[in-house]
Amino acid sequence: MIMFLQNAIRCSAAFMFGCLGEIITEKSGHLNLGIPGIMCGGVAGGCLSCYLYMGAIPDYTQPSYILLLLIGIIGAVLSGVFLGSIYAFLTVTLKCNQNITGLALTIFGTGFTDIVMQLMDVTKRKQYFSIASTYIAKPLPFAQNLGWFGELFLSYGALVYLAIALCIATGIILKKTRVGLHLRAVGENPAAADAVGIKVDTYKYGSILTGSSVAAIGGFFYVMDLVQGLYNQYQPVEAVGWLAIALVIFTLWRPYLAIAGSVLFGALYTVSNFMDVSSQITNALISFIPYVVTVIVLLSVSVIGSKNVQPPSSLGLNYFREDR
Amino acid sequence: MQKEITLELKNITKTFGKTVANKNVNLTVRKGEILSLLGENGSGKTTLMNMISGIYYPDEGQIFINGEEVKIGSPENAYTYGIGMIHQHFKLVDIFTAAENIVLGVKDGTKFNIKDVNSRVEQIASKYGFNIDVKKQIYEMSVSEKQTVEIIKVLYRGADILILDEPTAVLTPQEIKKLFDVLRRMKEDGKSIIIITHKLNEVMEISDRVSILRKGEYIGTVNTCETSENELTEMMVGKKVELKITRTQTNFDKPLLEVRNLSVKGDDGSKKVNDVNFYIRGGEILGVAGVAGCGQKELCEAIAGLRKVDDGLIMHKGESIIGKPANEIIEMGISMSFIPEDRLGMGLAPNFSITDNMMLKTFRESKKFTVDGEKLKGQPKWKAFLLKSWCAVKNVAHMPFVDRKAARKRATELIKRLEIVTPSTETPIRRLSGGNVQKVLVGREIESNPNVIVTAYPVRGLDINSSYVIYDMLNEEKKKGTGILFIGEDLDVMMALCDKIMVLCHGKNMGIVHASKTTKEELGLMMTGALDLSDAKQKEYGKAKDSNLTDEQWLEKEQQEQQAKEERNDG
Amino acid sequence: MVNTKNIVREPLFHVSKRDELSFGKKTIVYVASVFCALLIGAIICSIASPKGNPVMFFVSLFEGVFASSRSIWEMLRDMALLLSVSMALLPAFKMRFWNLGGNGQILMGGLAANVCLITLGGVIGDFWVVLLSVIASMVVGAIWAVIPAIFKALFNANESLFTLMMNYIAQCCVTLFIAIVVKGGSSVLTDDQLPQGGRLPIVGNQFLLTIIVGALIFGFMFIYTKYTKGGYELAVVGDSQNTAKYVGIKVKSVIIRTLAISGAICGIVGLLVTSGNYANAAIGVGSAKNMGFTAIMTTWLGNCNPIMILVSCALVSFINKGMPQVRMAFKLKGESFSNLVVGIIYFFIIACSFIIQYKITFSKKKKEAK
Repeated sequence: MIMFLQNAIRCSAAFMFGCLGEIITEKSGHLNLGIPGIMCGGVAGGCLSCYLYMGAIPDYTQPSYILLLLIGIIGAVLSGVFLGSIYAFLTVTLKCNQNITGLALTIFGTGFTDIVMQLMDVTKRKQYFSIASTYIAKPLPFAQNLGWFGELFLSYGALVYLAIALCIATGIILKKTRVGLHLRAVGENPAAADAVGIKVDTYKYGSILTGSSVAAIGGFFYVMDLVQGLYNQYQPVEAVGWLAIALVIFTLWRPYLAIAGSVLFGALYTVSNFMDVSSQITNALISFIPYVVTVIVLLSVSVIGSKNVQPPSSLGLNYFREDR
Repeated sequence: MQKEITLELKNITKTFGKTVANKNVNLTVRKGEILSLLGENGSGKTTLMNMISGIYYPDEGQIFINGEEVKIGSPENAYTYGIGMIHQHFKLVDIFTAAENIVLGVKDGTKFNIKDVNSRVEQIASKYGFNIDVKKQIYEMSVSEKQTVEIIKVLYRGADILILDEPTAVLTPQEIKKLFDVLRRMKEDGKSIIIITHKLNEVMEISDRVSILRKGEYIGTVNTCETSENELTEMMVGKKVELKITRTQTNFDKPLLEVRNLSVKGDDGSKKVNDVNFYIRGGEILGVAGVAGCGQKELCEAIAGLRKVDDGLIMHKGESIIGKPANEIIEMGISMSFIPEDRLGMGLAPNFSITDNMMLKTFRESKKFTVDGEKLKGQPKWKAFLLKSWCAVKNVAHMPFVDRKAARKRATELIKRLEIVTPSTETPIRRLSGGNVQKVLVGREIESNPNVIVTAYPVRGLDINSSYVIYDMLNEEKKKGTGILFIGEDLDVMMALCDKIMVLCHGKNMGIVHASKTTKEELGLMMTGALDLSDAKQKEYGKAKDSNLTDEQWLEKEQQEQQAKEERNDG
Repeated sequence: MVNTKNIVREPLFHVSKRDELSFGKKTIVYVASVFCALLIGAIICSIASPKGNPVMFFVSLFEGVFASSRSIWEMLRDMALLLSVSMALLPAFKMRFWNLGGNGQILMGGLAANVCLITLGGVIGDFWVVLLSVIASMVVGAIWAVIPAIFKALFNANESLFTLMMNYIAQCCVTLFIAIVVKGGSSVLTDDQLPQGGRLPIVGNQFLLTIIVGALIFGFMFIYTKYTKGGYELAVVGDSQNTAKYVGIKVKSVIIRTLAISGAICGIVGLLVTSGNYANAAIGVGSAKNMGFTAIMTTWLGNCNPIMILVSCALVSFINKGMPQVRMAFKLKGESFSNLVVGIIYFFIIACSFIIQYKITFSKKKKEAK
């Protein structure tokens, strides 16, 4: 049972990154359907930077934990920023359709990842990544000594804690700071924000790029931690990305709820590994749950119609000042 | 003692394309006074104020604040000079609390803490006597509360010069009283206030001085205590202009459309049309005068079946049209065309071609084939039968299709008749200029052969020649015995064109006068709420003597409607 | 006092909406952007690969398509399928309804067809099985699209997210179906597990039937959107809901009706990609081949104009068909490689919409107020 929960929580981090990234983006009124592609891009950026780092140091079996982690994250963030800036430029500056741009970005992102992966030597990356993943997924040092508590709460790699920390930080920023207030205003009513002198486009760019970076770390996490460096297993990242978008609805655009929602999705995602193999049908039935629940949440949100649980009012609409 | 001047405008001119919105306007505002800016629709009041608050930039002229010349480039910029404007359309974030909206965009360098903001807002509120719940979210607020938020928003930024654009238009009398109390307190505190309004009684009540604009030009400034409502009206509307519009004389028929005790709510839930009675006869043009936003739109929409009627009856030839779907009302021969400020939006599909717009109301009619009687002559019976059945087959086959050919023909005719400037009949409407778009809309409504035409602002923004074409078309319809409800802006036009004029002031019918007997001043007074003729004639106003229904029938209908309403509410 | 506030800076350039460009200019913009995109793709390939040059990219792209008559047929089939899905999405898009659920609707159509095939194949006459499959796939596809439409019409539920979710629920349905049908733990349904009787007939060769159906769907949709009352109504709803209400169009029923048609056509595509009398007739989670999404792009890029959509479908199918050869030529691995190039093309064409809608006026010189 603890094994299962442990797995669920570890898995949830991937969702958390993706979901949080999308929440941040949507808060500015932009529905980024490119998140799956950006998460793939995160795989590429993270892996490539780790690969370069390990290739550069004298003994690749002995990398510095901090540096490896940091460089991996920076690599992922850079690719996230790269892909995010394409989306931001097209939708904010050129005011192109958000849905279309997002879909194109997802298509582009998977191809981009393929190409980047080609740049690395096959045998080397296999060796590198299996070692890198042991470092990145390394649990907290005192986890073993604390029994079930340690296993359940302290046995994860640093990225899992980063995900949770980011969720909480985002929650605080959105709720308590001026930046958060302004960002929410931009997503709700850009004309009103513009009228009081908030730089709408700057906020939009900021949130799209931040969101993309966070989502990209999710891709990096998936490959290096969740599947232990099996670089060729990054295809499911795209599916995780789509689920993360669904999760945003489920969490009602709240970063704190993203933690809980991700754990739930993580549990549903991994539960089949712990089920009896012979009961394929049960497995299939379980796989319904996240989507059906999401649809139910989406519907109840729109049927209830309470203003507090709605998506940002201007979600999906581009802002052009002269239209007002 | 003359108070010091805080704001001075010198020779401000602003043009948009070819239209001159403001021409050589001079204005002074003193410290601790309330200045009313009076003028009809389109007299350039809002444009002028937008230049002070940094939304527009004047083409010519200077702005002085406390004697120093300034350039105001943006609303933010205006705040730094202590100028804040409260717009007619609130710009608030619905899901934010009052305090969050107020603090939005403020960069005062302090650490952001919503509790501090709350207490500061409450401080301002208590200083001037506002009632406000700082933690209430905007979407739960009434219009007056939202306005309060907007005013505090401006005060929070330390504004000394406040501009209010028609603040009373959306308020109830009690709320207006409260607002005025607040304004007086602000005045005592040394703030300068500019208030834009149409309502003379309010001007007289609240302001120290009045500045008047007419058609973009500055007319003059008077001290409120030294003037009268009559003088102000004259300055506002100007002398009567003789127009070459002929009022076609027709024999009036029985009332076509009778409206009794009509009440309609606006989008914000407030009563926009309030207990209105009137009727239109065949062959009559009834004008509706009133400042913008006084229920004209809601009245139109109620008649066209687009808006729920709150109370009252609308009878077309003795048959109630309340609750009928829009297309049935169209089929009954009631046509409505409302030209909104952006000139698109209602009744037209902007991305459609002229042809496609022509058939918006008629697209359900398919192409009809009939056999030419001449052809059948001398033909054997079986051949005639075959020809007829072939026609029937063709008719059935054309059922699912729209008849674009006929629409194109109508479009071509309309373009020719109204001299619509367009590359072709297939040009999307949104690419035409505003005036041409309007011609398409009004033209289509008129040529659909209705028996009642409801038309609001049909000449809005049109040049003189096109306007006359539209007047002629309306007169022609009138000759045919059509009843016309003409909602207009220009009093001169209405006095020349209409048979009778009804004046609306905040949804209330202020009276119906004969166009040939009334004066512009009288209309102006009625529009601003200073004169109410509906009381003068007691309850008989707006009710036709030769109504299609007897009094008993009216009562019966009323009860029926009441019942139907209750049923709807139950269901 | 130095009054820095008084400087009124004029922005470097000003963006405003422009009048429509002429057809010729538009075409030039599009063609140029596609070419630029391909060129960038070619350059990226040359960089990523140890050998090769941009010219080789174009050569191998054409080689890939025109290598054999079979590959041309394949391309035509893929194009017909993509075109059908695009045509299915067309009315929804014209109505401004974001149907992102093409994948799910295709899958459900295919699933319905497979269910018919398995339960009825060989039991009743082949003709009847085919007929029932057609009906079932259309009905189920339509249902899949109508569910979000109903909620959109009644509660204004966000349709793009809803239809997106319906894709995954459809995938789950397929997984469940396979789990029920296939015994022994395999998660793949193979062709030989399906009965031979009751599959779609072969017309000419194995590609022709699909192409014919695609052409029929194209013709139907072309006429439907352009000449019929139904097509007219949905266009009005898309252009201005207020106007639609004003002229008495029942907006809600138009939304639901249109999505039923949209879903039904996707259902037919589902039938075509499964139940064929060749290769693999069985349904799988990936049977939709992501056409639902690709078709969103082609429909939008085609600006909701059937002819333009035909062109963009041809372009996308062409590149998809030619890319494996490019990959071979450049010795690049990775299946989703062609996505990169297609993605770049999409970006460029998306950016075209800006050039077509807006114009940029550069201010002649910076002005400073005295």
